[in-house]
Amino acid sequence: MKFSEEFETRFAEMVPHYPTKRSALVPTLLYAQDEIGFLSDEVIAEIASRLDLTELEVRNVISYYSMLTTKPRGKFNVQVCTNISCMVRGGEEILHHCANKLGIGHKQTTADDLFTLEEVECIGACSWAPAAQVNYDFHENLTPEKMDRILDEYRKKGTQ
Amino acid sequence: MASLVSHPDEVKVVSRRFGQGAANLDRYLELDGYNAVRKALAMEPDAIINEVKNSSLRGRGGAGFSAGMKWSFVPKQSAKPKYVLCNGDESEPGTCKDRLIFEHDPHSVIEGVVIAGLAVGATSGYIYIRGEYRYLSIIMQKAIRDAYARGFLGKNIFGSGRNFDAYWHGGAGAYEVGEESALMESLEGKRGIPRIRPPFPAVVGLWGGPTVINNAETLASVPHIILGGADWYAKLGPPKNGGTRLFCLSGNLAKPGVYELPMGYNLKKMIYEVGGGIPNGRKLKAVVPGGSSTPCLTADEIDINMDFDSVAKAGSMLGSGGVVVLDDAQCIVKFALRTMKFYQHESCGWCIPCREGTDWLKKTLTRFHAGGGLKKDIDNMQYLAENMLGRTFCPLGDAAAMPTIGFINKFRKEFEDHLEGRPCPYEKEGVIDHLPVLAH
Amino acid sequence: MADVTLTVDGKKLTAPAGTLLIEACKSVGIEVPSFCYYPNLSLQGACRMCLVKIEKMPKLQTACTTVVSEGMVVTSDSDEIRQARKSMVELLLGNHPLDCPVCDAGGECELQDMTFSYGAAESKFMEAKNHKEEQQWSPVVFFDRPRCILCYRCVRVCGEAMDVWALGVQNRGVSSVIAPNKQDHLECEECGMCIDICPVGALTSGAYRYKTRPWEMKHVGTICTHCGDGCKTTLGVRRADTGMEIVRGDNRDKSGTNGDFLCIKGRYAFDFANHEDRLTQPLIRKNGKLTPSTWEEAFTLIGKKLADVRDKDGGQTIGVIGSTRTTNEEAYLLSKFARVVLKTNNVDHHRTADFPAFASALRGKPEATARMADVFSAPAILLIGNDPTDQHPLLAYQIRNNVRLHRARLYVVNSSPIKLRRQATNFTQIPAGAEGKFAAFLAGNDAAADGLASLSKTKDESLDLLALRGKLLAEEDLIIIFGSELRGSDIANIVNSASLIPGAKFLCLADYANSRGAADMGLYPDLLPGYHAAATSSQFHQEWGDIPQTPGLDLPGMVNSAEDGKLKALYVVGSNPVGRLSLDPFVFSKSFVVVQDIFLTETAVMADVVLPAANAYEKSGTFTNTCGDLQLVKKAGEVAGTKSDFEMIVRIADAMGFDIKKLIPFGGAMRADMGQSRGAQSGEADRHAVWLEMHGLEPKLSPLDPMAILDEIQRLVPGYDVSRMNLLAGNSEHTTLANSGPGVTHKPESILPANDTLFTSGTLGRYSRALNSVMESREVKTTEVAAD
Ligand SMILES: Cc1cc2nc3c(=O)[nH]c(=O)nc-3n(C[C@H](O)[C@H](O)[C@H](O)COP(=O)(O)O)c2cc1C
Ligand code: SF4
Ligand code: FES
Repeated sequence: MKFSEEFETRFAEMVPHYPTKRSALVPTLLYAQDEIGFLSDEVIAEIASRLDLTELEVRNVISYYSMLTTKPRGKFNVQVCTNISCMVRGGEEILHHCANKLGIGHKQTTADDLFTLEEVECIGACSWAPAAQVNYDFHENLTPEKMDRILDEYRKKGTQ
Repeated sequence: MASLVSHPDEVKVVSRRFGQGAANLDRYLELDGYNAVRKALAMEPDAIINEVKNSSLRGRGGAGFSAGMKWSFVPKQSAKPKYVLCNGDESEPGTCKDRLIFEHDPHSVIEGVVIAGLAVGATSGYIYIRGEYRYLSIIMQKAIRDAYARGFLGKNIFGSGRNFDAYWHGGAGAYEVGEESALMESLEGKRGIPRIRPPFPAVVGLWGGPTVINNAETLASVPHIILGGADWYAKLGPPKNGGTRLFCLSGNLAKPGVYELPMGYNLKKMIYEVGGGIPNGRKLKAVVPGGSSTPCLTADEIDINMDFDSVAKAGSMLGSGGVVVLDDAQCIVKFALRTMKFYQHESCGWCIPCREGTDWLKKTLTRFHAGGGLKKDIDNMQYLAENMLGRTFCPLGDAAAMPTIGFINKFRKEFEDHLEGRPCPYEKEGVIDHLPVLAH
Repeated sequence: MADVTLTVDGKKLTAPAGTLLIEACKSVGIEVPSFCYYPNLSLQGACRMCLVKIEKMPKLQTACTTVVSEGMVVTSDSDEIRQARKSMVELLLGNHPLDCPVCDAGGECELQDMTFSYGAAESKFMEAKNHKEEQQWSPVVFFDRPRCILCYRCVRVCGEAMDVWALGVQNRGVSSVIAPNKQDHLECEECGMCIDICPVGALTSGAYRYKTRPWEMKHVGTICTHCGDGCKTTLGVRRADTGMEIVRGDNRDKSGTNGDFLCIKGRYAFDFANHEDRLTQPLIRKNGKLTPSTWEEAFTLIGKKLADVRDKDGGQTIGVIGSTRTTNEEAYLLSKFARVVLKTNNVDHHRTADFPAFASALRGKPEATARMADVFSAPAILLIGNDPTDQHPLLAYQIRNNVRLHRARLYVVNSSPIKLRRQATNFTQIPAGAEGKFAAFLAGNDAAADGLASLSKTKDESLDLLALRGKLLAEEDLIIIFGSELRGSDIANIVNSASLIPGAKFLCLADYANSRGAADMGLYPDLLPGYHAAATSSQFHQEWGDIPQTPGLDLPGMVNSAEDGKLKALYVVGSNPVGRLSLDPFVFSKSFVVVQDIFLTETAVMADVVLPAANAYEKSGTFTNTCGDLQLVKKAGEVAGTKSDFEMIVRIADAMGFDIKKLIPFGGAMRADMGQSRGAQSGEADRHAVWLEMHGLEPKLSPLDPMAILDEIQRLVPGYDVSRMNLLAGNSEHTTLANSGPGVTHKPESILPANDTLFTSGTLGRYSRALNSVMESREVKTTEVAAD
């Protein structure tokens, strides 16, 4: 199992920050997922052995955290918040708009593997609602038109 | 990057350096940076604790517990290392303030962590930031690196002969992990299941060592208290509610945003003056005063002061500072449903009342909102919520039950309007079928 | 610790400081309900059933996590509390399938009981329940997710108590689910503890599911017939065409030393009893073929043949091989029968430990043997050789949990990194075969250290052999446990070395259910019961009358004698030497061979007469486990057409014209059949027993009654003079070797360990579907892996 050098540096730096190895687990999983796209059986086995855990323990943890996934996603994960602050300002409309535009529903991925759509809980953008995150980028004060432009830009980026 | 707003009534303490490039260490130093740590290094631990106690700084994470008091619970002697843990999991719906602190003033959090460490005798601290806040993690990681490079962290900080290490830690999506004991579990690489208390974290916390856990805003306030003095800070707010607060105004407002206002600022003013009032000619229907866990206030109940004690007296809670405003086009049933979907999705599942209660409330509200409600459902929902209250393993169960009870009590009529096959009167026709239902 | 006084429901009570409130309540008979709380497992506070009111606390508190404190005032029952508990049950039932009529746990389900107590008659929910299909996780473990109430008992018992950690919790919220370690299946020790501990029917047993309803079974607590640890297993039996069928083994009756514990064998491997290959008719070789016959014909033939050989060629031409799985009474009777009736000392059994050497080393040391229960409480344990996880699952459990719950120090000396090293404060790896050298080194022979060059160490790296010895000798109340690696003088060495350790105790490991009993009862060519020398024991000469004095042949000796054509007859009771010792199948072809067994084993298939035997679950008597703990074996099942070995020996003696009153000291002329001969249902036998016990009597009115010979055993076998009352009450009674005979020459090489794993059990194991299916499922998986 090969990770990038960046991952390895980060991992090597992080582990000694804690008195127990497994403490590095959650951020390590997220970094690994960022790199591989999802937490494959191979990634799980590798991280388990690095942190002296069983694969079961790693899976127990993965399945708890909503950002971690064992299933592949599209290149861009479009996460639309529909929680209260966003909802009262049209978050659901944004979600439906994305669903219509991308032709996919919650946790589904477009045929070209570019986009995955996800309805998410509050992402901490309440005062700038409605908001969405594409991968880690925040997009705020959204309108359907603004969302269209954003998705188009990602599509351009993704197909270049 | 989140945009900043301002209002003349603001009293800028925590937000003093917002928008001034203080994430850059040199700039931070120009703006009084790290002077508080320097000052604290010359103080006795008890003096620091007393200063914070006297400032009547209360936890900004939600429960409003006196920060100084919490620090004083940490035993002086401990066989195991002590720790400081900054709670930057910020996930309470309606809350988006820690985000601004991390973005605009990351070093103030580090300073707060170091000072807390000096006060309780800890030599390392962890700054836990929720996984979604990747760009803030990057900012914080850089700030920590920069501070190490200058000798503000690590061995012999500021040449004082004292050591202090600060580390970043990241989450991966889980509201419950914001609960202090679940936070420690998560930091230890486990599922975010809360711990049995007692023992409290101040006695047995991270890896078994005594641990001070504070919200990012709480910690970011500390350097200002050390520099400005307890008196000054305490007097910014009413008695026992020292200082200012970052209020996150959101919802149906003309000028939503994060405003730093003195504790005890009037809610009505906050909505109509600071927040610019309700736009589109709409009227105010309800306000959720302190994040989604707090019972709503009706339009008649908003002439109150926004401090912990006053809001409690009004039957709600100041909570995390998330003020969510609803205009009269909003359906309370739908709002209750969305709130419950959140708790159902975020319940860790450990204890029966929360795991099952949130699920049944969500299911019932979903049917109810879609027009399938029965009269007995209203009582059932109230019964369910009341039976969760105070009986769950951690406060998440209460956080789900309290607003529900509030919605039903205060807007019973609106629930009744959904009865007997009448779908939500607020929805455009045909919309309900498409209502998203969060899959697990 | 100091005591604390508190008040519960107006009752004043005291409890040691540190006691959990739920336990303190229990101690005065106040039952606080719980699902997730389980004694000796970590606290969860998850089910919220145990909520009680504590004065000065605004909210109800969980009694399972609250530690008692001085002056605490508690209310355990009130309207508020009942309402809280009721609502928990309502919530649980909301997603529960309510398939009680077809659920294995129906009738013995804690959720049913709780619903009954707190009432949740009205369903408040009308939405669809969250449904999921049932899953098979292993041949013996099934999981029905919707029934699960997430009490996490299974996860904890598997991890904390078993150190297997094969179960986890996945997802969160209402999607939370118990998950097996291999995604869709389990890879574990298949102990089934998770099933037993499950308060509902979420985890069910592959061996039992959908077989019957709990109330249709009778439950008999008896001793497991597999390894030498002596776990109590509760067998659920019900009527079947062929007698009483055993349908379930579990831990309902937690009164044994094993407490909550049972391994796969104790729980599932009763199933050999129902195997279709069971012998149910006597067979006599006619025209070279084993042909079904009647009991009369068989006994007459055997009686005549054996009497002829004895009278014509002398007893020394007859060999007797006894069993490690028959009761003490049977082993004793066989030993006596050989000497008294057959006039031979050619007696042996499959030896798996050097008990004669152990007995001789322990003479005069009455407190020097450890009971199984001691292993759970000793402050320190030294384990030399053996791999208890595989070979002595209960012992491993006791050691593990002693370390976990009482912080016992465990020192492991082994040639392989056995699993128990995970609990060890010190693990010293020595070369294979060097265990004896270690014993010598411990006894002070420094030169022996040369051969011990420790290969690797875990934990405590710096501890060298000298330091280890120092630490061991500085211990008190140390239990020294050793496997068959130590024999003869090694055992003497180890016992001597420990004379410096105050309170040291020993435990010698043998492999089969009654290996210790077979040895204690004198199934040796040179030893009589109680390790008395056959040549010199005047007491037995007095009691038993005229018996041969020259030591007889041991098993290898009998084989040689048979090859030379000198062994004219061989009587094999519940033993399979041909199969287990890999003997030439034709080795006994010149002798007249009688075999009593459950199956047509490699030995039986060559016999002249084969008698169908009842197994240990189908008869009464006693077993002595490897520690010397004596326990009552109770009849549970029954297969028509079989007889107990006890009865068969008596009938053969009778057919030889022997006066059986001289064999069995049964009382009076009255014949009270206790079920052994009539094929009565075990229920009937039990009713007699109940009546007799009620009147302070014991059933020893018939020559076929093993209790009659237990009297003689208790009188003549040193160490066996234990409380009969306690034994009958189902408790274990410890026997000691302090007053044994001196033992004699032992042949270390004649000890052949069974080398059983968790999933094998000598010859019996082959007939257990449960054990086989586990092994097959593993083989399939390994080949799959090998293929890619
Ligand atoms: C379900 C739940 C979620 C919470 N989430 C957060 C959070 O995201 N951030 C936070 O600072 N405190 C959160 N808290 C409060 C913490 O448990 C804890 O009280 C707080 O971090 C203490 O810091 P303070 O005293 O400075 O407020 C949460 C509490 C609960 C019960
Ligand atoms: S109340 Fe119970 S299920 Fe809910 S989050 Fe807390 S511990 Fe988990
Ligand atoms: S027994 Fe106390 S919460 Fe389950």
